[in-house]
Amino acid sequence: MDNKLAFRKGLRVGFPIALGYFAVAFSLGFMAKKCGLTPLQGFIGSLFTRASAGEYGVYTLVQQHADYISVIAMCLITNLRYLLMSTALSQKFAPETPQFLRILTGFCVTDEIFGVSIAYSGPLNPWYTFGAFAISSPFWASGTMFGIIAGSVLPARAVSALSVALYGMFIAIIIPPGKKDKAVLIAVAAGFLLSFLANRMDLIRNLGLSSGTITILLTILISAAAALAAPRTPEKNQEAAS
Amino acid sequence: MNHSVWIYIFIMIVTTNLIRIIPLTLIRGKIKNPFIQSFLYYVPYVTLAVMTFPAILDATQSPVSGAAALCLGIVAAFAGLGLFPVSILCCAVVFVLEFFV
Repeated sequence: MDNKLAFRKGLRVGFPIALGYFAVAFSLGFMAKKCGLTPLQGFIGSLFTRASAGEYGVYTLVQQHADYISVIAMCLITNLRYLLMSTALSQKFAPETPQFLRILTGFCVTDEIFGVSIAYSGPLNPWYTFGAFAISSPFWASGTMFGIIAGSVLPARAVSALSVALYGMFIAIIIPPGKKDKAVLIAVAAGFLLSFLANRMDLIRNLGLSSGTITILLTILISAAAALAAPRTPEKNQEAAS
Repeated sequence: MNHSVWIYIFIMIVTTNLIRIIPLTLIRGKIKNPFIQSFLYYVPYVTLAVMTFPAILDATQSPVSGAAALCLGIVAAFAGLGLFPVSILCCAVVFVLEFFV
């Protein structure tokens, strides 16, 4: 497997991620400024954390002078989905992939990086993930920093357009496998529907769950239901890997 | 005050990355259990679907342009366009539509 080629492919796929990151991080930075972060703190925090909802939550805690234990709780709740994503990725490596490369890949996991990594055809070459990480995370970190420095300078229309880049990518990841596998299509449709209900119905909104928690609960619920209704056979897995 | 902000950030960095890394240090081989295998097969698609909708409606200035980006994105992905073209198309749809709505 050509690592250099995989890295370059990762850089390319990471470019739209980088654009979307910059826009989202910029608005995160604006909010971080209100919570009292300096540009350097925003840069370092974003570069090493890379978790939009998680950072948002923690910065509000900074503003409230909350105790440190609630920072841990906030990170666990908003980022627990990464636990699921890393578990899914652990099955995506070729058996001979060295342990330290697996762990480095785990460090790179964000919603978007995970999305493109799991969509990689065949066993995952970690360098593909590293490429996507290398181009996108500086944009995430500097977006946060510039947001803190500049406040809301980027016109709202530009932020609006750039912020759907991420979702466009998600769509391009989930639709093609749905074309081939009806069970995936149904699971995706169920995801759309239940997520809409969970986020918009007053009954559930009144429970006060964060959107991160809703994501975890719905992911577990729908994936388990799909696994029971349409279990994967070894033949099907072979097909998916080819 | 400045000092404690750094501690907040440090805790955030350590906790978030531990969550990412722990499964990869614990699970080294292939999982054999068919249910878990099937479950993990569906996880990525479901979680991305859940995160996309209805969030895309709130990401834009008007929910109409977000919805249009979603629909056109699905059509384009169905037609076989890749990650980057679909992504750019969604941005363009929002940018153009928000001249009008």
